[in-house]
Amino acid sequence: MSEEERKRPGEPEDDVSAASAGEQRTGTLEDGVSAANIGERRSGAPEDGGSAVSAGEKRTEAPEAGAAATGAGTPRPKAAETAADGARTEPAAPARRKETEEEKAARRKAALEAREAAKAAKAAAAAQDAAAQAGSPGAAQAGPQAASPGAASAGPAGAAAETNEPPPKPPSPNQPRLDRAVQLLRELVADDAVESASINEANDHLPTIVVRKERWLQAARLFRSHEELNANYLRNVTGVDYETHMEVVYHLLSLDSGHNYAIKVRTDRDRPSVPSVTPVWETANWNEREIYDLLGIDFPGHPDLRRIMMPDDWEGHPLRKDYVPLDPEV
Amino acid sequence: MGVIRTEELLLNVGPQHPSTHGVFRIIVKLDGEIITEATPVMGYLHRGTEKLAESLNYTQIIPYTDRMDYVSAMTNNYVLVHAVEKMMGLTVPERAEFLRLIVMELQRIASHLVWWGTYLLDIGALSPFLYAFNDRERILQLFNELCGARLTYNYMRVGGVKWDAPEGWIDKVKDFVKSMYGKLDDYHALVSGNEIFLSRIKGVGAYDAETAIAYGLSGANLRSTGVKWDLRKNEPYSLYDRFEFDVPVGRNGDCYDRYVVRMEEIRQSLRILEQALEQFPPEGETMGKVPRVIRPPAGEIYVRIESPRGEIGCYIVSTGKAEPYRLKFRRPSFVNLQILPKLLVGESMTNLVTILGGIDIVLGEVDC
Repeated sequence: MSEEERKRPGEPEDDVSAASAGEQRTGTLEDGVSAANIGERRSGAPEDGGSAVSAGEKRTEAPEAGAAATGAGTPRPKAAETAADGARTEPAAPARRKETEEEKAARRKAALEAREAAKAAKAAAAAQDAAAQAGSPGAAQAGPQAASPGAASAGPAGAAAETNEPPPKPPSPNQPRLDRAVQLLRELVADDAVESASINEANDHLPTIVVRKERWLQAARLFRSHEELNANYLRNVTGVDYETHMEVVYHLLSLDSGHNYAIKVRTDRDRPSVPSVTPVWETANWNEREIYDLLGIDFPGHPDLRRIMMPDDWEGHPLRKDYVPLDPEV
Repeated sequence: MGVIRTEELLLNVGPQHPSTHGVFRIIVKLDGEIITEATPVMGYLHRGTEKLAESLNYTQIIPYTDRMDYVSAMTNNYVLVHAVEKMMGLTVPERAEFLRLIVMELQRIASHLVWWGTYLLDIGALSPFLYAFNDRERILQLFNELCGARLTYNYMRVGGVKWDAPEGWIDKVKDFVKSMYGKLDDYHALVSGNEIFLSRIKGVGAYDAETAIAYGLSGANLRSTGVKWDLRKNEPYSLYDRFEFDVPVGRNGDCYDRYVVRMEEIRQSLRILEQALEQFPPEGETMGKVPRVIRPPAGEIYVRIESPRGEIGCYIVSTGKAEPYRLKFRRPSFVNLQILPKLLVGESMTNLVTILGGIDIVLGEVDC
């Protein structure tokens, strides 16, 4: 296809233009092609998208997920159109739609399974939102169990979505490892050391733990020296400015067992500070300096915290989302 | 007997100095000829890649990765597209994945050749450099035929590669691999047994495995201490689990072991290439089915691969938009360089160049 064609649907407009059937199909095509590969992930997506956007956007998701759900079995455009119809109009062909939705539900369930509680809550909220704004189709979109014919009105659909909140426990292979790490942290560091814990499914089921800032140094020592965890290798340290707060992410690895962990430490944005773990892993030294330099996060306990990339007299911290260069011409 | 009064000398090396292989500066305190303190100064090549990436879409970021480790742009390409593919759950056609693997291994050889040539140049042997660059040039020529660039390839795409191999290209690579084995033997004959060379690098800049791990070293810097850790084996990506190859390790963690490990890695790369070229699918797609607009679902991911210099990682935070919310590269050169001040204390000034060269850094990657 030509370059112009490739570019057109790139803009967020394809969400706005959801009402037009022609555009709708473009959207379908776009993701339809990828559906075979990414079906599972994609069908999980609407929940996330939904939480952030309006019901209008929600509706565009419908054909995509529909195509994904039907997979190769049904001719794609047809399936997409049915789903699109279903999403736009009131329950038109209930029997047919039910089938699609059931398949969809199965897929979505699988995708949902390992989702963390927070996300589930978010999804439920999104479902309710969608239900309120878009009526039943939107709700049916968001709630896996909404496939039941009872989803005709917004109320039950919302409820259905909510009952899904505790999805069947994720059968992630790394769940036991995560639970054990959390248990150790609670027992040996402090009761309140862990803020939350989850499995990052997309990232090879990476156990991810949010550790309370005040407990981080102790927790780091535990990770480093506890024989079960034995995370002797600090792969990577990243600072992220989430605008509401700052986060430092540590990717840990045990070279002996090959186990990976991601630890996140959150700090407020006005005076961000996270205890330095340079005494625990020497490699954190420059990483922390870099984060200090580019994001302005303080690392108390660091032996030599000064800028590393930018000149010493640089004003501001460039990787912050609200960074404005002092001299725009530089 | 009178003692000659001495005083500490502060010496500034770089940022423009041939032995630093780029714009790297190090301030050393000298007591006579012995280094008592070393302070690296970086950032001369900081371009803010991570900041720039936040306003670019994923395809637009790929050329920026070329310019990080410009001696090994193919692996940089790969780490980014691999991260995005993983986030989106895309499958890459086999032919494309084979092409990627072949160029990555060729790149590893090219990169090690640059290192070998310049390292010997640092130490004072001029001619190996010419041999190394001659062979590296053949690899660059192959890349040039494949994607029209010698250094900054911009070759990989999310879901595949930009260009299919031109006709006869695979045969040319086969020829190269065949002849490279012999060249490698020549290199060993030319340098590896040289008495002067050995006395310059044996036992210099040594550290043990525990230190290497604490400093987060990776690649040959880690393996020279005897830690058998290669991401191609330990956390396989791409098609590496299909091929047979060994992970060479050292024992003493000195410059000599790093030299041996890297030279052996060239041979192992040739082995991988041989097998990959044999199994290369004669036809097929080079681009997978990818949405027109690449929007990874909201979430985050950290992927890592084995670059010639060690573990190169890519951490992406996506909010479901076409641009990353945060993109961070874990650059092996940056992390590996950290051990330098520790290694330099107590060494003589001449060994500064030996040790720095032995770490094998690329400044584009250190500063990013």
